[in-house]
Amino acid sequence: MTLLSLSDVTVKRGGAAALSGVSLEVAGGECVGLLGPNGAGKSTLLRAALGFEGFSGRSSLAALRPAERALAAAYLPQAREIAWGLSVEALVALGRLPHSERDAEGPAAVERALTRMDLIGLRRRPATRLSGGEQARALLARALAAEAPLLLADEPAAGLDPAHQIAAMRVFAGLAAEGRGALVALHDLGLAARFCTRVVVLSAGRIAADGAPGAVLTPALLAEVFGVTAYFAETPSGPVLQPLEALR
Amino acid sequence: MSRVAAFGLGAALVALLLASLLVGPAEAGPFASLRAFLFGGEGPLTLVMREIRLPRALLGAMVGASLGLSGAALQGYLRNPLAEPGLVGVSGGAALGAVISLQTGFALAFPLALPAAALAGALCAVLLILLLAGARGGALTLILAGVAISALAAALVSLVLNLSPNPFAASEIVFWMMGSLADRSFAHVAVAAPFMALGVALLLPLRRGLDALTLGEDAAASLGVRLARLRTMLVLGVASLVGAATAVAGAVGFVGLVAPHLVRPLVGSRPGALLPAAALAGAALTLAADVAVRIVAPERDLKLGVMMALVGAPFFLHLVWRQRGAGA
Repeated sequence: MTLLSLSDVTVKRGGAAALSGVSLEVAGGECVGLLGPNGAGKSTLLRAALGFEGFSGRSSLAALRPAERALAAAYLPQAREIAWGLSVEALVALGRLPHSERDAEGPAAVERALTRMDLIGLRRRPATRLSGGEQARALLARALAAEAPLLLADEPAAGLDPAHQIAAMRVFAGLAAEGRGALVALHDLGLAARFCTRVVVLSAGRIAADGAPGAVLTPALLAEVFGVTAYFAETPSGPVLQPLEALR
Repeated sequence: MSRVAAFGLGAALVALLLASLLVGPAEAGPFASLRAFLFGGEGPLTLVMREIRLPRALLGAMVGASLGLSGAALQGYLRNPLAEPGLVGVSGGAALGAVISLQTGFALAFPLALPAAALAGALCAVLLILLLAGARGGALTLILAGVAISALAAALVSLVLNLSPNPFAASEIVFWMMGSLADRSFAHVAVAAPFMALGVALLLPLRRGLDALTLGEDAAASLGVRLARLRTMLVLGVASLVGAATAVAGAVGFVGLVAPHLVRPLVGSRPGALLPAAALAGAALTLAADVAVRIVAPERDLKLGVMMALVGAPFFLHLVWRQRGAGA
């Protein structure tokens, strides 16, 4: 089942195209890594897909009414904002806002999200008193609590310690295994190679490559798009990709 | 808000309403006053209780609740604990309307000319804000537009005072701007009530949206909040509440700033749940200050706005002091 379909999406900013002619489909069962150097258009793509950015072309999500769209896709923005000292539990429960007032599944969904992000011990803490990485986990748990068919996450792994980075990626892969979908903007090529079912590489606002990580993340592409060399290996716990040298 | 906290706030409010009814220059014991209030009678005490003190107590609660509610809504929307109702420029507009009516003598044209002129000033300010900060644009545009309008209104008020050929009008203007609930009647209650009801009806449905805004504008939008609609409702709601409050009571500061701070811990910092709590706290605060002005200086007509600022500013300093170490 297709959860997101973009066709020929173009975003113009002050004359320059931040995104040009991007077509992309994400289906249930996919954990799609959205890769690309800084300024390639990853965040712009996610925001345009939701309709937060003026664009030409078509996005299946942006075409929905706001209330329907909120149920169809959860979104974790890159900017980690927590304005008030809500308890972690109350913060995560905000993810249930799109559901009706009498949300029978709500408490259980919040509980699952807290467990998945290892926040049970912090649930009563004011969210503003957490460390940066803990806040990132709480906000990710908020997005997970919606239990929407599709999750759009903008650099969810940034700022997490290694154990929680792996845990977060396992959660995304787990969503895909359950038949849901995830589109995750990432900078860590290693995490993408290991956990994503598919990667989409953006370069200067265009899709440079789209396919299985093993097929897409080649030395030639890494050199051309990211300007790095990398070490590749197959290990019992999956593929390993470690960038080595900057070429530029 | 926990049930205990809600009950406590409610009880405090009832006690202060009673205190407001029982304190005044008319020499009468509390029981005689209450008897006259409840059962009537021929004496002047019944008239004092029902026509002077009752509207004053009601207005105190209404004005305070309006300012507390507006402050909480603005702080929630702007995600800033320093926001206060004056920020959107509506109280400045209302003050300008009132000042012009006092200066020109229009205030004496008919009994409610002064509040009507203040409401007209508030309406002009709202229209200007909506024009400047329109349907698009974020929180920052709203703040900037509000600051600009407030500054313009303050400049025009100064101009009126500056050019005033009539020292009596000037002193009347200065006193009006200090804010007071003295000598108000049920006519004032009737003028303010519909606008305040409209404001409450506009602001209370925004609770879920304000909760979502804790996570920032993009995240709130992704949760299905229509930001442009929320902002328009917020501006109109705050404008009717603050416009009506300023029209009947003059400029009363600090309530909108302090009331939300007082009760934020009681609602677990949730901006949506803060709205009704801050309304209750604002009402209690204003009633307390209005009782205090009558006890502290019964002969001198101490102004409510002055009392509020005298108590509010040090209290706010105390809050800042306490929060220094907390980080948020």
